[in-house]
Amino acid sequence: MEILLAIAIMALGAIVLGAALGFASIKFKVEGDPLVEKIEAILPQTQCGQCGYPGCKPYAEAIANGEEINKCPPGGSEGVQRLADLLGREVKPLDAEEKPKAVALIDENTCIGCTLCIQACPVDAIVGAAKQMHTIVAALCTGCELCLPPCPVECISMETIGENIDNWKWKYPVVEIRPELRQAAASQEAA
Amino acid sequence: MLMNLFKFKGGVKPPTNKTQSVGLPIAQAPLPSSLIVPLHQSIGGTPRPVVQAGDKVLKGQLIGEADGWISAAVHAPTSGTVRAVAMHVQPHPSGLDALCVVIEPDGRDEWIDRQPLDYSALSPEEVRERLQQAGVVGLGGAVFPTHGKLTASKTVPMDELVINGAECEPFITCDDLLMRERAEEVVRGVGIFRDLLQPKKVLIGIEDNKPEAAAAMRAAVQAVGETFEVIQVPTLYPAGGAKQLIRVLTGKEVPASKRSTDLGVQCFNVATAYTAWRAVAHGEPVVSRLVTLSGNVQAPRNYEVLIGTPMGELLQLAQPQPDTDGIIMGGPMMGFLVPDANAPVVKATNCLIAHSAQLFPPKAPEMPCIRCGSCAQACPHELQPFEMYWFSRAKNFGKTQEYHIFDCIECGCCSFVCPSRIPLVSYFRFAKSEIWAREREKKAADTAKERFEFKQLREEREKAEKAEKLAKAAAAQAAKKAAEAAAAAAAENAPPADAPAPTTEQTVPVDAGMDAKKAAIEAAMARAKAQRAAAQPRNTELQDAAMQQEVAEIEARRAAAHLTDTEATTPAPAKEKTE
Repeated sequence: MEILLAIAIMALGAIVLGAALGFASIKFKVEGDPLVEKIEAILPQTQCGQCGYPGCKPYAEAIANGEEINKCPPGGSEGVQRLADLLGREVKPLDAEEKPKAVALIDENTCIGCTLCIQACPVDAIVGAAKQMHTIVAALCTGCELCLPPCPVECISMETIGENIDNWKWKYPVVEIRPELRQAAASQEAA
Repeated sequence: MLMNLFKFKGGVKPPTNKTQSVGLPIAQAPLPSSLIVPLHQSIGGTPRPVVQAGDKVLKGQLIGEADGWISAAVHAPTSGTVRAVAMHVQPHPSGLDALCVVIEPDGRDEWIDRQPLDYSALSPEEVRERLQQAGVVGLGGAVFPTHGKLTASKTVPMDELVINGAECEPFITCDDLLMRERAEEVVRGVGIFRDLLQPKKVLIGIEDNKPEAAAAMRAAVQAVGETFEVIQVPTLYPAGGAKQLIRVLTGKEVPASKRSTDLGVQCFNVATAYTAWRAVAHGEPVVSRLVTLSGNVQAPRNYEVLIGTPMGELLQLAQPQPDTDGIIMGGPMMGFLVPDANAPVVKATNCLIAHSAQLFPPKAPEMPCIRCGSCAQACPHELQPFEMYWFSRAKNFGKTQEYHIFDCIECGCCSFVCPSRIPLVSYFRFAKSEIWAREREKKAADTAKERFEFKQLREEREKAEKAEKLAKAAAAQAAKKAAEAAAAAAAENAPPADAPAPTTEQTVPVDAGMDAKKAAIEAAMARAKAQRAAAQPRNTELQDAAMQQEVAEIEARRAAAHLTDTEATTPAPAKEKTE
């Protein structure tokens, strides 16, 4: 009799806990892969395809499935570092040369209005129409260079974004080791 | 004037060094050889240039129009010729260039037609617009467009209007001299702000090391017949910070996440009030400002200086000592070494200090932090600079934000008291600009992602629409075929000329005894064949009438010469004609 009671209690417990777990798995179900989203947040969203995948999301999915993390040139070595931190993987040197950030510029005298670059632009940053001159909305251009190969007259060039007053950053403070500073320190200590 | 003053925590008392430059009255600086007026002098949108090289301009003429609401216009400081609208070095720690209008003065200093206004007859919107058009910005150093601060909050009643005449930074005395000599116009300017904001009280805060200025302001308030309170606040750096002065006068603390208007307080500098009055009552835009010349010079003094005067040329007026090796813009606590003496005076330039190694001995090297906590005691915002320092140094920017790095006003008290001589503010500036850069990048990435996803969505939708169109066409054709087949079945005994496709006459042997189904299949196959024939590429879509005619002529010649089989190349309309 006692053994039956024990079994019944254990069974009841199992049923209650099982129901709770089952309920939780439905109620708190996570849609999509949170890891892919985290990886995608680190990728620069240039959608350039230089990693060999058609966009940043497919590459994020590939990384989640074990692809190398050093294939994103626009993200740079800092991007690799952040991916390594997120995934607990080893930092690897970038698989391509790192370029400064740039935007595309159409030479409007040469442009023939073929619309091929408009179709190639992943972020719709080129305006124009057939047989009309095209131009690039620089604020939206990600510098992916996807418009360069389709242009039949090679009128698109990449212009590096230099440092200007708006994007200038304070530098990391460095200790200057100069003889006069050492003397100043010595005199201060003496005083 | 028995008023209970509040206190802010922390603060330091650096040597004030103010007496040198208050001995002489304000002097007018002579016209420089050229004026370099930067277009972007205030916070907000960069004004658009409205003049070109070669244009003649008059003093006060608009040269850069405001771009957007938070932006203030820029004007020619004197009459002359525009030499260029070009990039020129800026008074900015980076030493980078920005767009400037370079004016060669003609020496006449001829004003435009100035139109004084009676602002009491104008609506508040018109007064605000007038201030924007006149380029009135906060002259205390933040250069925020003043008209943008003159709209009272709809939900919070305006309790206090604080006028900042504290001028706590060492060496600087331009506000002091302004209040001593032009107190009445300052008070009238404050009157404009009062009328726009309708506060319950107006408090003018002046540090108690400027008794002459306070007396002059009191006299002016009485003379004008206002009820403003002139309050002397204890001399303690940084009492002139807007948030500190608000704290001292009203007891309210303004967090970084809120604006002072949310707490019913607004704060303006005395020089801003003065320029607002000149703009409204005299029609004079902001083309000059008071600048203190001090430091390692023989004749320190305050000058009324045209905006755009090159700093090196200006400093010569004060006769710098031979060992001068640089110019500091602003005070010694918050100012910076100007990277190039050709940089022009801008609306934010309140003081130029001649720098020498004797006056500002080079700082000894930074030593490790010993966690003494002096910086936390000195911080007027009750932050923990040593914690922010660790995380800034380690580039752990998320943590610096947890310690409220954006509440830091970069007053320099922590660096001033640090026994290890750590340039704490430099670390905070580095961290702040890195965080801003990351936020910019994040925003750009988010926009790119959104646009990319939308493009994909659009392409998918276009594909789906095309497929749907094709499916519809196919369905229509099938329906037509079924109808034709039914017709064929109905007209079983009719001659084959009634068969659906015109070109099937020879190819489809229509048996009278064939059943309807079979006829339908045959008809469909024939149609498909005919369609294939009709779908031969002919490159006729982009041709205009003249070209089509030309092609037709060539085809006719070719046909005449029996070069080709007309059946295969004749366009569809021609085929119909052959029937």
